[in-house]
Amino acid sequence: MSTPTYFGSLNDFKKGGVTVINDDPKHYVFSNVFEVASKSKPYEKVAVGKNLNYVIEAVRAEGNSPWYACEHDEAALVMDGEVEVHYVKPDRPQTPAGKEGTVKLAGEPAGQKMGWVKVRRGHMALLPKGAAYQFRSAAPGVMLVQTILGDCTVEKWGEICQK
Amino acid sequence: MSTVQTKIETASRSLGYRKFSAGQFTFERDEYFAHILYPGGRHLIPIDAYLRSLMRDVAWGFFYGTVNFDTLFGTINRYGTVDMFVGLLNEAYYSANRHYVETFNSRQLRKVFMEMLEDWTNQGFDPFAAPDETGVPFGPKQGSNSKAIHRERMVAKRMVGLPGDLPYRSDATGETVNRQFTDVPQDKPEVYAEPGFENEVHAFNMFAYVSRSDVTWNPSVVSCVRDSQFCCTTEEHILPITHGNDRVEWFIQATDEIIWDIDDGKTGRPRAKVIMKAGDVAAMPADVRHRGYSPKRSMLIVWENNDGTLPQRYAAGELKPYPVEF
Ligand SMILES: [Fe+2]
Repeated sequence: MSTPTYFGSLNDFKKGGVTVINDDPKHYVFSNVFEVASKSKPYEKVAVGKNLNYVIEAVRAEGNSPWYACEHDEAALVMDGEVEVHYVKPDRPQTPAGKEGTVKLAGEPAGQKMGWVKVRRGHMALLPKGAAYQFRSAAPGVMLVQTILGDCTVEKWGEICQK
Repeated sequence: MSTVQTKIETASRSLGYRKFSAGQFTFERDEYFAHILYPGGRHLIPIDAYLRSLMRDVAWGFFYGTVNFDTLFGTINRYGTVDMFVGLLNEAYYSANRHYVETFNSRQLRKVFMEMLEDWTNQGFDPFAAPDETGVPFGPKQGSNSKAIHRERMVAKRMVGLPGDLPYRSDATGETVNRQFTDVPQDKPEVYAEPGFENEVHAFNMFAYVSRSDVTWNPSVVSCVRDSQFCCTTEEHILPITHGNDRVEWFIQATDEIIWDIDDGKTGRPRAKVIMKAGDVAAMPADVRHRGYSPKRSMLIVWENNDGTLPQRYAAGELKPYPVEF
């Protein structure tokens, strides 16, 4: 048997870091998703990666999230815990045309139930364009969301990154 | 632009290997080394490292930006054409004007590289495998390993497992769990799609998918948000090439640990070391070159921006090499 695979979790993570020879550590925008989620409010969408308008958000999954919708596909990768995603096809569009990023809705929109998934560590769920969705998680967990910078994205690089 | 001519000659010492040429470059191999002859001289690279680098360069279609085989030799992707160089990105060679560069049609150079890989890879050696998983490439020519070098690069259009997209890996497809990932859970997510929503209500076990990859340091796209691509890969031993991207890329360490050497993209001067453990996220600025070391096989998500306008915008200084300022 080889060395066990090390995953990291909300309650047990180790962090690496940048050692500069001739550079500024800030150039590497270095953070740890478990550490970020350990200090986040439930479903706060904290950017841990940004490539022009694209972002990766670290999300602490805990309890029921607001209902969200998005004009484009998004993907959620569970890094710790177990999360349900419930999907609804709204009767009316929930987002302005061309809007980028996750849009928070006032509540569950009227529409057709599409189904749901239950995902655990290492599982990736599609958050398909045009759908409304809600996350439900009994215990605290961590997700990474691949999306585009939007109104819900929280940028606090100075707090989360190595300086 | 230089023309590519493949000379079908065997190397002088009848070890059975063919000799190749492209423009004013000539390539020969012997028991232990690839010899690169160019108008400025002769450069040697150990054959195991050379074949591993060549494999990536060919499989990735010259990839994004610069693929450095070592501190002297490499290729720069100009998307349609490719620059092949010795010493261009080595401070000492460049400042002494001892560097050499030639531009080729990408398709033509790739063909020469592919034939070289085909001819120089011996039976039992898989350039995509970790050294502990495969044989050695040394000595005179002995058979070939066509199957290993003709793997296709896996690119999901939307997400792995969707109808019409990249299929799952399984024992049944011959894609078994790697010896170092036998403890990675292979459970499936629970998916309950109402009729008509099977293309949208979707989830899959990405870690299980990656645990079944039989290649190292070879990103395959698992999910896309427009040009934002999650490229997942299993890493073990050393990244054969030192990658000098022409845009910012990001790493998300999914399991275990990788140690990165970061050097300046143009000069090769060391700039930093980055240690990444599971859950760590880091950017690779657009002006560096990076090379990773993974003692245990690990999972890495390489996050790329596939926007074709980026190389020019970074090169022109329109975009800063760092993705975030704080
Ligand atoms: Fe890279």
